[in-house]
Amino acid sequence: MLEARIQKRFGARQDASAFTLDVDLEMTSGGNVLFGPSGSGKTLTLDCIAGFVRPEEGRILLLDEILFDSKAGVHLTPQRRHCGYVFQNYALFPHMTVKENLEFATGVPKTLENRRKVNEMIDRFRLTDVAGLHPHEVSGGQKQRCSIARALIGEPRILLLDEPSQGLDATLRNELYAVLRQVRAEFKTPILLVTHDLEESFELGDELFVMHHGRVVQHGAPKDVLSRPVTAEVAELLGHKNVLAAEILGLDPGRNSSRLRIDDFEMAGPYLPGQLIGDRITVFARAQELRAWPQTLRIVKGAVSKTRTGDERLGPNQIPAVLERVVPLPNSIRLEFAGGLTVTQNALPESAGRDWVVEFPPESIRAIGGK
Amino acid sequence: MDLYPLWLSLRVAAASTAIALVVGLGTAYILTNRNFRGKDVLDALVTLPLALPPTVLGFYLLVLIGRSSPIGIVWESLFGGPLVFTVKAAIIAAVLHATPLLIKSARAAFESVDHTYERAARTLGASEWRLFWHVTLPLTQRQIVAAAALGFARSLGDFGITLMVAGNIPGKTQTLALAIYSAVERGDSTQAAFLAVIISVIALAAVFVMTRFGSRFDSRREAAS
Repeated sequence: MLEARIQKRFGARQDASAFTLDVDLEMTSGGNVLFGPSGSGKTLTLDCIAGFVRPEEGRILLLDEILFDSKAGVHLTPQRRHCGYVFQNYALFPHMTVKENLEFATGVPKTLENRRKVNEMIDRFRLTDVAGLHPHEVSGGQKQRCSIARALIGEPRILLLDEPSQGLDATLRNELYAVLRQVRAEFKTPILLVTHDLEESFELGDELFVMHHGRVVQHGAPKDVLSRPVTAEVAELLGHKNVLAAEILGLDPGRNSSRLRIDDFEMAGPYLPGQLIGDRITVFARAQELRAWPQTLRIVKGAVSKTRTGDERLGPNQIPAVLERVVPLPNSIRLEFAGGLTVTQNALPESAGRDWVVEFPPESIRAIGGK
Repeated sequence: MDLYPLWLSLRVAAASTAIALVVGLGTAYILTNRNFRGKDVLDALVTLPLALPPTVLGFYLLVLIGRSSPIGIVWESLFGGPLVFTVKAAIIAAVLHATPLLIKSARAAFESVDHTYERAARTLGASEWRLFWHVTLPLTQRQIVAAAALGFARSLGDFGITLMVAGNIPGKTQTLALAIYSAVERGDSTQAAFLAVIISVIALAAVFVMTRFGSRFDSRREAAS
């Protein structure tokens, strides 16, 4: 559907270091998310597709039409690309009413057909009551719906959204997701959304493209990308906390298991295809899949002493850890241990000390870059 | 009291403001939105009249449209009379005086428009022409009104260029500014003072319009949204 191979270099300037955009992506599904941290080149990629920015090299194909081709010297104007674009601040024309904004997008002749389209959009996006008002007189949600309706009214070949939920409160954000789900359901238009919000990527994407330093470093179904990041960098971008170095001590495909040395502890893990004994790899475990509990306290002659050194008390795949910080989250508690281990769980046990046990269930250990 | 100079000046200023608006807005829009070779040269060229003495501008204009110049000859063969030392020449002089400043203000106005509006219009398929008329111009209309007021005041006040190409012919090309000069020369201070007050009142009105409308058209709206 959309194929883009684009390169653009920016030299270092006073306020910015040098940056190279080198993107290669192919989209086939209806809901695509370009995810990455600020400055990774997401919006720049979107602007190249929309035709605001001219890449130096490459080719952009949308539904078999060439939008840009450096070799053939093709660079269509934004007008001829038929890309609907929803801007971060909506870019509704302030001097036009909601209805006039939609009318502007239907083109010059005010035919019966165009009037019908405008009225249909006003209906579908629940703008009937505010059709005659100016953008500054309507609510954030209404502005949002108006800008999406305006982008869709010309029946674009793709809908591009640039961080549409940036700066929105939770209510508006959920409203936006609902509208976009409605768009997915009612319109055939494929979507390409840019965001740095992981939750949003999962909410809206069938296909997730992870961008970092101007490149697409990984793509796939969101849950696949999340469980199988290709590099430690991607794992960190995806918010994985427990990224650890490991050495493979044993592999047993028959029992689907492996023996690993992580941080001087031997642990059982799942079978790691494509790896050899002795390989040094990076593994990660998701914070919510680990278990943690305080080490038991023992009274010895009236003094409190901990079973710190009693490593024989630790079960398989358990390591001692020193609790550094407890962060209450809306629906859980995040425990941060010395050395960067992070565990989320539902509740904090009473009378918990600083010495804890963290358990890595074997299936929670995943190799980064593994197949 | 001879009111002809007032009447003439108002006509000349109105006509030249209209012409300067068309020329100035077009040039300013091109300078803001287009990149082409020689853009810097064009930019310098349209700014130059602000730096040159009016008599020098008048001299160049005289060379350009004088009776022996190609333009002057063609004009004379078409209309049967010279272009210089007519009201039309006074209008050309005022246009030359007013346009550079108008270009400056219009350009500042166009540059103040948030680019996402223009980008949005383009993705919605609007032609550059439609974008200009329906988005850029309405968003800058207050500043354009202010620029026009400033242009009007400038046209009204031109002395040097008008004197060079239109002369100072009483009842024909003698504008307010020139009439004041002539009145002072012949010692008629009542007439000079009267005309000076009139020109000051008109200029004051223009400046008032300018400051009143000079703020961004949608600044309040944007603050509210």
